[in-house]
Formats: sequence, C-alpha cells, structure tokens
Amino acid sequence: MSALRILVPVKRVIDYAVKPRVNKAQTGVETAGVKHSMNPFDELSVEESVRIREGKKTPVEDICVISAGPTKAQDILRTAMAMGADRAIHVETKEGEDLEPLGVAKLLKAAAEQNKSNLVILGKQSIDDDAGQTGQMLAGLLGWAQATQASKVEFNGDVVQVTREVDGGVETLKAKLPMVITTDLRLNEPRYASLPNIMKAKKKPLEKKTLADFGITAEKRLKTIKVTEPPPRQGGGKVEDVDGLVSKLKELGAL
Amino acid sequence: MACRHRSSTTTLARLAKPARLTPRLSTQPQVQSQVASAVRCFSSSRPSQLKETRCQQQGKFTSETYPELKRDSRYGQVTKEHVDYFKGLLGTESAVIDGVTNENATDDIEPFNSDWMRKYRGHCRLVLKPSSTEEVSKILKYCNDNKLAVVPQGGNTGLVGGSVPVFDEIVLNMGRMNNIHEFDEVSGILTVEAGAILEVVDQFLASKGYIFPLDLGAKGSCHIGGNLSTNAGGLRLLRYGSLHGTTLGIEAVLPDGTVVDDLCKLRKNNTGYDIKQLFIGSEGTIGVITKAVIQCPQRPKAQNVALFGLESYEAAQQAFREAKGHLSEILSAFELMDGGSQALVRQVTKKNSPLEGEYPFYCLIETSGSNSDHDGEKLQTFLEDVMEKGIVVDGTLAQDETQVRALWSWREGITEALGHLGGVYKYDVSIPLPEMYQLVEDTKARVREAGLLGDTDEHPVRAVVGYGHMGDANLHLNVSTRRYDERVEKCLEPFVYEWISKRQGSISAEHGLGLAKKKYIGYSRTPTMVGLMKQLKDLYDPNAILNPYKYI
Repeated sequence: MSALRILVPVKRVIDYAVKPRVNKAQTGVETAGVKHSMNPFDELSVEESVRIREGKKTPVEDICVISAGPTKAQDILRTAMAMGADRAIHVETKEGEDLEPLGVAKLLKAAAEQNKSNLVILGKQSIDDDAGQTGQMLAGLLGWAQATQASKVEFNGDVVQVTREVDGGVETLKAKLPMVITTDLRLNEPRYASLPNIMKAKKKPLEKKTLADFGITAEKRLKTIKVTEPPPRQGGGKVEDVDGLVSKLKELGAL
Repeated sequence: MACRHRSSTTTLARLAKPARLTPRLSTQPQVQSQVASAVRCFSSSRPSQLKETRCQQQGKFTSETYPELKRDSRYGQVTKEHVDYFKGLLGTESAVIDGVTNENATDDIEPFNSDWMRKYRGHCRLVLKPSSTEEVSKILKYCNDNKLAVVPQGGNTGLVGGSVPVFDEIVLNMGRMNNIHEFDEVSGILTVEAGAILEVVDQFLASKGYIFPLDLGAKGSCHIGGNLSTNAGGLRLLRYGSLHGTTLGIEAVLPDGTVVDDLCKLRKNNTGYDIKQLFIGSEGTIGVITKAVIQCPQRPKAQNVALFGLESYEAAQQAFREAKGHLSEILSAFELMDGGSQALVRQVTKKNSPLEGEYPFYCLIETSGSNSDHDGEKLQTFLEDVMEKGIVVDGTLAQDETQVRALWSWREGITEALGHLGGVYKYDVSIPLPEMYQLVEDTKARVREAGLLGDTDEHPVRAVVGYGHMGDANLHLNVSTRRYDERVEKCLEPFVYEWISKRQGSISAEHGLGLAKKKYIGYSRTPTMVGLMKQLKDLYDPNAILNPYKYI
C-alpha cells in the first residue's frame, strides 16, 4: 500500500469565544480588530492527521495544511505546523475575494491533485458561515469516497474505517483510499502547541500561492442580502419583596 | 463570561465539549443579583451543599470555635424598641430583617450570619439594608448613641471572617446601595456605590471600553465597598497597582454618623492628610464606606497567555526578570504554581496537562495590550529567549481564547481542586521574592519530619503546595489535609508566622486580618505600629461599635 499524503485545509475564523457583532451596514459581521483563530473543527483535522502518523499503523509521508485567506491566515498555518503538520500552502486572497464552498472545493481539488494527496481531512464546517458543504463537494469533484462527521478513524492497510455519530447511535463506514474525511467534535482533543514546536514551525516551509495558480476565480453565485443580530433578550426586573412579586405576577396575568 | 459565548447556531452548542471549553474556574461561588446573594451557598460551584440538610450546613458558632472570645458587656442588647426605630427609618420591610421580634426570621438571617466557606458563624438577629448614605449615617448615629455593635457587610466573600458577626452585632448589609452614579468616558473616572457587585461594574465598564482595576475569583458576589475596605489584591495588581492608588475619592460614614465626603475626582490633590486611605484596608473598623471614585484604565484589546514548565525556583525568578525586561508595560500577570498544586488539579479535574512532561514549577504569563500582533510578537520573542537560555524547559502559548481560558483554569482552579480534596490550611503571605518558595520547602520538610505527610491514609496531610502572584511576591501556602488533626495545626503554627516574621514578610498579604489573623498581627507589625493603629481606632470609634473583636 502507498504511504499517506494528507491534505488538511484550515480556515482562519473569528475566535470561537468572541461574540461576533454585525456591522452597521448589515452586510456581514465586524472582523476588524476582532480576535481570530483556527476554526475549531480544523484543529481536530490537524490533530487527527498527526495522530495517524504517531499511531504508526500507516506510514505518513506528508501532512500539508492549506488555507485561503488574507496574509494573517499564515498565523494559523504556523499553528498547524506547530501542532505537527510538515508544510503549508497559503493561497492569498484579496479584500472582498471571499470564496464560496464550491470555490473552496474546486481549489482543494486542484491542490489535492498538485500535491498528490490521497487523503483529505477537513472540518465538517467552519464556524463563521456554517455552510458545511465543502467536504462533500470536494469528494464529488474528485470522485473519491467520503466519510463525514467522523468521530473515530481507524486504518487497516488501504481500508479506512470511520465511525460517525448519528441520531441515537453510531454508524460505521468502510472505504478505500483515496478519500475525504470530515471531522466532528468527539474525534479527538487537539493538543497545545508546545514552545519548541512553535519555534520549529517557523522554519517549516510555507508556500505562497494565488487563486490563479490553481486556475480558480472568486466568482460569486450567492448574494448576501442582509445580516442581522438575533433579537435582544428581554431584561428581567427586580421586585422589592414577596408582595411586589405577587402583584407583578398578577399584573402579567400569571396568577 | 457567558455573554461572550456565541449563541447563534446549534453547532456551537455542540462545540461545548467539556475538556477544552471549561470556563475559568472561580475560587468562589458566583452569584450576580443581590437577591441571590442571600443564598450564595447554593450556587453552582458548590453543588454538593444542595443535598445537605440545613442542620449539617450550619457550621459551628464562632463563639464555640474561639471560646476565649467573650461578648463585650459594653454593648447594648438589641430590643424591640431599636427594631421599631430602624423600621421607621428604613421604611420598606425588606430593608430590615428582624430576628429580634420575629422568631421565624432565623432562616432569612442565616446567610448574613456566616461566611461562604462556613468557617464563621455569628448570633446576629438583626440585618439592616440601607439604601442611601443618609440612612447609613442615621443607623450608625443611633447605634453609637445606644452602644449597639455593628458589622458592615459587603458580598461576604472574605476569607478571614471579617464580615461576619461574632455575637449579636447588627449586620449592616450594603447590598441595596448598588448604583453606578457617574462615569466619565474621557477620563475613565467612575463613581459607584459601595454595594455594587464587582462583576456588574466591570461589565458596565466593558461596554464603555474600560476595565475595573481589580479582578478576583469572587467577582460575581463581592462588593466594591468590601473590596476597598479589605484592600483586595487579586489578579490585576501587577498591572494596575493596589486600590490605594486607583481610588481617587471615598465617601464614608463615621460611627457617630458624620459623613466624610471626599468624593474627589482628581488624580492630584496634595492638600492635607489623605484621610481616605485610612478607610482602604481598615476592614470597616473606623467607618463604613458608602461610595467610591475609582480611576479605571482602558480595557486592553488583546490578551495573550503562555504557560511554561521550569526546573527550579531560581529559574522561575530568572524568567520573571526576563519577562519584565521583554514585556515591561504589557505584562499583566506572572503567576507561579508548583508541581504539587498542578498534580492536585489534574487529579481532581482529570484534564490533560497542557504540557507533556511534569515539572517542579510552572509559570503563567499574561500580557494585556492594545495590539494582539505586537503583543504576540513580544511574547514570542521572550519565550524563544528564555527557551534558548535554558531558563524554561517547555511551554505553550495559547492559540485562541478557549486555550487562554483553559490555561488560566490551571491557576485559578487550584483553590477549588484543593477544596474538593478536604480541609485546607491556607496562608496568604508576602515574602521577599528570593526566599518566597523556601517557605513551602521548609514547611513540607517540617510536616514530613513530624510524620504527618504521606501518600497513605494514616498521614493526616496529603500535600503541602505553594502558588501565587509571583509578580507581587505574594505566595499562597496551602496544606491539604485528609482530616482534622490537632498535631497538624501545632506543627504549622506559629512556625509559619515566625518564619515569615524572621524575613520581614507579611502574614496576610491580600486576605486581611479579620478574626482569623487578628492575634498574629505582631508578627508583621511592631508594637509602635499597632499602638498607632489603636489610637486611630479610639479616635474615630471611641465606643468601638464598628466590627468588634476583629482586626487589631
């Protein structure tokens, strides 16, 4: 069997713990000056790839992370390399050159071919636009097997067994390489990037590319009409004492 | 911090996996509303209490724990007449909890009678909740005239029993005075009432882009007035300094009812004695703080956190020096944790340590600044430097907010983890930095020599650990026990106090004196100093009605 060449797409998104705010024009969320980090699902993909290598059941020749986005996306590529990826590809996009899931899938198809990948592990969705389509589209474009929302991945030669959580139980799939796997939360617990590895990651190769290098243009098929905040929660009130509470409840018709 | 979690999609609910998204553990129950503060003991971080019966919940009376304390006969007994006066004065029924004429009120009074750790419990039968400075003034004047002892009480989150009555003192709870009066968005100067809850104030400031210069585990319950009167230290002291510096003005009421109005909004004011400083840290013994003016700094936009493992305490000191050199103005926390404390956190939380190996010492560094990239770069250069020099063996840098919180939980979770394991002897001390950790080593050796420390059940002491705010030379020495054993106490005291005294340290760095440390003040202050303090007390409170039996 052939050694694994894993491609791991990662995305830089607004930090999971930050509350996003809709911009004044209601065309999207405010991103300037907001803390960004790696999409949590992508952390799982990176971690899983490194674990496959550490598991030593299947030889892993290459773990390549790829991200399309502004220059800052290089930060998360370095983080991924500090976690254990071998090299990175940064596809720089300009302001307003946002890719839709199909565009990303096309880009990844080209990247998987150029890099002779035989396994793509990617997050089941990114937490910023929650589309959850890229993995499936990519598998379709490549004509590869796909296993989505993986909660466990096991290798047995060329055969990959993937466990996924479904309503009320688990489903186990088996497929042959090459294939696409999308990751779900229970797959693993991503490691902390250690200082020595953060330093080593600085010296790992990071290739800079453009969309044109992959023959892709950032054309839009979808138009965002409006983005709004959820309605604000109605604040509660305080009452002075039990009598106050009773009269308030009566006033509201609850008693 | 719940407000910072995204709530928009179902995905995010599913993201909440327990291991990595644990919010900062707080050392104390966090309750937001005043109404709820009365039932603080039922809050989430101490769930086990829910199941206990009322009877078990109530600890021993302080008067039983400290049999040498006798009720001072100078003080009058609270009578129905007094209660009627207060009811007439305060109006609404909820402002007076009367256990004098109404026997059914015992349950309502109980939360005011004991502290959150249930170490102290008084016999108070009357709780007053004034809503204005005038009411505080009238209450105190009346109590002074009738020689009724009073205990001012804030969020009741203290650790030394300072806010809990010993005998039948009247509790003066400041919870209803919780207004934020004024905030100047240009200067960052805040005027706030004493009963406002720290977290509420901080959230208000956050919406204006500012931050309260103090942060501590009990922020969800503690009051600004209590913070001031105990001169609370906490996590941001390294960066923003103590409350003695950030408090610009105070309004306080003296025992005779005099309102000391020093609500000064000036940073510079060299006109006469700075009387307000006397109220900061005096634990309600010379007056009751009713309002304060605080200089609030700009809220930092970017925070970075790193954790690292070190081989020795000397290395930790070197790392601290390097950190000051590299990070200077952005360094906002430098916390030390020893290997023992981290092992206990791991044992209790069952979480994986952020670092692969185990080390005798860990340090947590936080930077706060205006530009995440600049700060990150500085922190990275610093970390590379200390790694190359061999000061630090291993470490990690939080890559996102979730990791920031997870790393902090290894420091903030120590108190809670220790609490889970059993009784803890806690010493909050200041010692000159070079010798700081030696106290833990010496105490450990002493307890071990006495045959009290060991891994098996026959030894009463489980572990002797140290951690604390290294940036402020403030160490928390904790002795975790399996059960109460008199020998342990004898082994520790007065040994610890003598040890500190020899090195000109402080026996109470940020927790205060209260009832617990009152008799040990001599280890940190000379007789002359204590004499001066007593003079002040006699001057402002000649009838000694404020917070009796405590402090000095």
